[in-house]
Amino acid sequence: MLIELENVVKIYEVGAERVHALRGVSLRVEENEYLAIMGPSGSGKSTMMNILGCLDTPTSGRYFFKGQNVGEMDDDQLAEIRNREIGFVFQTFNLLPRANALHNVELPLIYNGTPAAKRRQLAEEALAKVGLADRMHHRPNELSGGQRQRVAIARALVNRPSIILADEPTGNLDTRTGQEIMDIFEKLHEAGNTIILVTHEEYIAEHTNRIIRLRDGMIERDEAVN
Amino acid sequence: MFRLATALWESTRLALLALWAHKMRAFLTVLGIIIGVTTITGIVSVIQGLNKAVYSQIAGLGADLLYVQKFPWVSGREFYRYRNRKDITNKEAEALKRFCTFASVVSPITATRRTVKYGSTKLSDVVIYAVEASYKEAANVVPEYGRFLTDTDVERRHAVCVIGQEVAAKLFEHVDPIGRKITVGGYKYTVVGVLEKQGEVLGRNNDIVVLVPLTIFQKLYGARRSLTILVKVLDASRLSEAEDEIIGILRRVRQVPPGQENDFAINRQDILEDLYKSLTRVLYAVAFGIGALSLLVGGIGIMNIMLVSVTERTREIGIRKAVGARRSDVMLQFLVESVVISALGGLIGLLLGFGVGMVLGRLPVLEATVSPSAVFLGLGFSCGVGMFAGLYPAWKASRLDPIVALRYE
Repeated sequence: MLIELENVVKIYEVGAERVHALRGVSLRVEENEYLAIMGPSGSGKSTMMNILGCLDTPTSGRYFFKGQNVGEMDDDQLAEIRNREIGFVFQTFNLLPRANALHNVELPLIYNGTPAAKRRQLAEEALAKVGLADRMHHRPNELSGGQRQRVAIARALVNRPSIILADEPTGNLDTRTGQEIMDIFEKLHEAGNTIILVTHEEYIAEHTNRIIRLRDGMIERDEAVN
Repeated sequence: MFRLATALWESTRLALLALWAHKMRAFLTVLGIIIGVTTITGIVSVIQGLNKAVYSQIAGLGADLLYVQKFPWVSGREFYRYRNRKDITNKEAEALKRFCTFASVVSPITATRRTVKYGSTKLSDVVIYAVEASYKEAANVVPEYGRFLTDTDVERRHAVCVIGQEVAAKLFEHVDPIGRKITVGGYKYTVVGVLEKQGEVLGRNNDIVVLVPLTIFQKLYGARRSLTILVKVLDASRLSEAEDEIIGILRRVRQVPPGQENDFAINRQDILEDLYKSLTRVLYAVAFGIGALSLLVGGIGIMNIMLVSVTERTREIGIRKAVGARRSDVMLQFLVESVVISALGGLIGLLLGFGVGMVLGRLPVLEATVSPSAVFLGLGFSCGVGMFAGLYPAWKASRLDPIVALRYE
């Protein structure tokens, strides 16, 4: 079992108000699953993503990642899990503007002490995998949106994480480019990667094998896709 | 260990990139540091150059010499009190010659300025030293040719003189001065020797001098002139004991009642050294005052710009945290950036400071030096300021919540 959420609750304190973002979510994800998390805004998608990505910890309930209880980890341990086990892909790409594609992809490797030569080799391989072998020395502002997202995917892949978390990865792209990105995810899934997408577009979610529908901080439906 | 080295190198690279992206801003930020370090290294290198010059001049006075005189070299407002003291006379010189056990040489001298003539050539304002034969040992002067004054010259009041290099060169262009008669302040003396080149001591050219026997000087120009008695001490390490002995002898000779202070002064080269040191101490203090102030202002500037930088790069910090940067990694990155900025400022300041030192070193009395201690101070201070100024912004950056940081516009 890769991921196991047990009755996870997340409450934010905004001023004097308490916002119940998640009201008891339980979920199991096996290795090599390809699933989408859907729901209207305010349904708790982002919160769930943050918790799955170890950017945040539950207020109550338990989250086991590969059998380890994430709720009991300190900041540095969470950083290490994010570094080794999780690859993020964001809607707005989130690349470092001043660094070229190669350096952006190397970034996670810097934080686990991979030697420079090895770093470069792994980053080049990852960029080749997403079809950007010829754009390695370009900066983000010299790349198209689709190319930027592919750099971000290469960055997510480079550490061979257990899971790739993609938050609206096609949200800022036109339909055709979005399709290209989905093709890459498809291939990664076929190669054995575990992928969780957050999206509100049905046609994107239909690429996956399983759709989790959230509403008001709870799982409304958990359905398989054919 | 390896991880830290990688992180440091990466942070330095990033810091340089970030600086390059904001060249003008970085320059303005480090201006305070540049001014501070320039001031410190400039003044330190000038003072060190000055030290060299001054110490070699003071050393010319002789480390093993005591100067028994009416006035102390260094005095405050009490100068008028010393004027009423009895003169130092032959009586004191004789007593010291007889009773001073620490002395190898006791040599009374006095001096005046007179016009010196040979034929139609005139030199005005020449220093005339009235000395005994022992002056040769006391002051380490050697005749280059001819001879020095002898005890017989002094006892018999011979009208002979020994002249300095420049006097010889100016009065006797084409003839051998030995045996010629020159006029010193109206009286004729036969030149018996020419001194080796002496150079300058404390701004006085010791090559424009005429040395005559003390006895004839006192006969011709009068004996009512206070003497300076040079006492050369056998063992320079026992200078203070010699001083005590001399005080005892002189108080007896001059009949100073017990309980009353000495009515004479015993001067030595360390007095000047001490005076000089207290002067340079003030200069150092001023330099460090200005330097510290500009470093403080510079530090505040750096802290300010680092805070701006942290805010500007909130999203970058979020990205780094998302891909696995720990708090310490973020902290290190911003600390290194802050240190790199101010170290660069320090480096520029060092170069400018040495430049100032070099320019001032062109002046005749100075000889500016580039010392390792100044380099160490300049770089050390600027790195320290950078570290200190970066601490709070770096801490702030490291505490950012990655979720909030990633959403920051």
